[in-house]
Amino acid sequence: MCWIPISAKEKKEMLSSIGVESFAELISSIPPQIRIKRPLDLPTPLSEVEISAHMRELSEENQDLGHNISFLGGGSYDHWVPAAVSSIIERNEYYTAYTPYQAEVSQGTLQTIYEYQSLICELTGMDVANASMYDGASATAEAALMSYSITGRDTILASDGLNPAYYQVLMTYVQGLGLRVRRIPLSAGRTDWNRLEEMLDEGVASVIIQNPSFLGAVEDLGQIGELVHKVGALLVMVVDPVSLGLLKPPGKHGADIAVGEGQALGNPTSFGGPYLGFFTCRREFLRRMPGRLVGTTTDSQGRRGYVLTLQTREQHIRREKATSNICTNQALNALAATVYLTLLGREGMRDLALLCLQKSHYAQKRIAEIDGFKSVYPFPFFKEFVVNPPFSSEKIIESLAQKGIFVGPDLGRFAMGNGFLVATTEKRSKEEIDLLVEGLEEMARGH
Amino acid sequence: MVPDDLKFTKKHEWIRVDGDKGTVGISDYAQGELGDIVFVELPQVGAKVKQMKPFGTIEAVKAVIDLYAPVSGEILETNPELKDKPETINSDPYGDGWIIKLRIEDPGELENLLSPADYEKLLEEEEH
Repeated sequence: MCWIPISAKEKKEMLSSIGVESFAELISSIPPQIRIKRPLDLPTPLSEVEISAHMRELSEENQDLGHNISFLGGGSYDHWVPAAVSSIIERNEYYTAYTPYQAEVSQGTLQTIYEYQSLICELTGMDVANASMYDGASATAEAALMSYSITGRDTILASDGLNPAYYQVLMTYVQGLGLRVRRIPLSAGRTDWNRLEEMLDEGVASVIIQNPSFLGAVEDLGQIGELVHKVGALLVMVVDPVSLGLLKPPGKHGADIAVGEGQALGNPTSFGGPYLGFFTCRREFLRRMPGRLVGTTTDSQGRRGYVLTLQTREQHIRREKATSNICTNQALNALAATVYLTLLGREGMRDLALLCLQKSHYAQKRIAEIDGFKSVYPFPFFKEFVVNPPFSSEKIIESLAQKGIFVGPDLGRFAMGNGFLVATTEKRSKEEIDLLVEGLEEMARGH
Repeated sequence: MVPDDLKFTKKHEWIRVDGDKGTVGISDYAQGELGDIVFVELPQVGAKVKQMKPFGTIEAVKAVIDLYAPVSGEILETNPELKDKPETINSDPYGDGWIIKLRIEDPGELENLLSPADYEKLLEEEEH
């Protein structure tokens, strides 16, 4: 806990350093009629011992994933964060720094961003990656804007398999630009390629496909790249980085832009953020890419150095004509992802993906055996799947939470019918999965 | 010195007219102000441009500027050399550093451009 002193002496010093005599003088510009004319209604002061106990009491009311079993999906996942991640990112050289503005004096930070970009390129099979965006949703929306700036076309086709939260952010971003977003419907839980083919024409800037989809489906991507490119549109893929340990990367599907949520890479779920979005594209679109970008060069003595490169695309130089209004990155979260990817390596990422795949399939198989819980979606999945219970999903989610087991989100929240998502990361043990199954069986018997 | 066979925009593009065709580049003054040019974004051949609307961009180390079409027309050719050697614009802005060739849609629009003498006057004003 911090101790911030505010004695009479300090108050006086602060007031005099800004050139006023008293607190009353400081607020003299605030009209008297809107001021409170009585002392503030605050509780009496507590001693350090008392306040410490009070804060602990409050914090113990929090539910956290250290005391509960999480099968939560929908874009944020309870993967293990190795101890090395926090021990590196908590070094104060990294922990206290913001995205570098006086960039070149921060060689260490620039180097980690460069490593991050290289790792993300390798993982996605794409040519270039930026220094990161706010999160998966904003990266997706920026990808749509970028496709508009490259093609000059104003229609975006987004699969209904896109995370509904990302869709909302996308709609916010396109509002002022007059772009049109059309939704590609699903067929048996996966993007309907026939409908996509009908919707594709020369007015389409890009097609956004999430793989695995919000419902967990591994899309049958086949010749998607060729199909989209035939009309001169761009393919934007939204991917789960963990799935790339096993699934074919977006670069191999002909994606022009590939983005995603990087939380799963060494970042805790943290009630929704801060996260990082990764953003990659093909080399030819480099100059249209939003965000910061670190490159290497050699100094006057021939030594390797790191620089913020192609800044002329950015807002502080190009003003209203910049590629984006993002001039920052999620440096610390991206560093966590860098440490994570470096620790796991190619083999580790494959093992991780395999564990997620096997555990989620075990869970899905066990749940589908429960009376009435037959899975309605026949599609292949990676670490997340839909459960369609014979009674209210909302009740199930609540009653499992009482037992310290988290599942969801509830698909009813997104008008996607009665069902909920279950995600199974490498962290979930067989015992924990069996506990979930028992919980569901118990409720099924009660009905 | 400004070549006397050209017409100029106030945004520092030049056009050399040959019948219904025009060759377009940026002035020596403009390249000097920009400094080292590292990239030129060119339009597609066949694209239509409008007088004084952007048709591409020039990227120097510290800035990116839009290129404005001196007259309306259709892009006939773009300078292939600029892809690998954009610095040609720095070394020879009125010759090998040309940027596009276009078919002039309305010769009347040339009247809106500056003569070499007027352009020199503009430069004198900008320098003050």
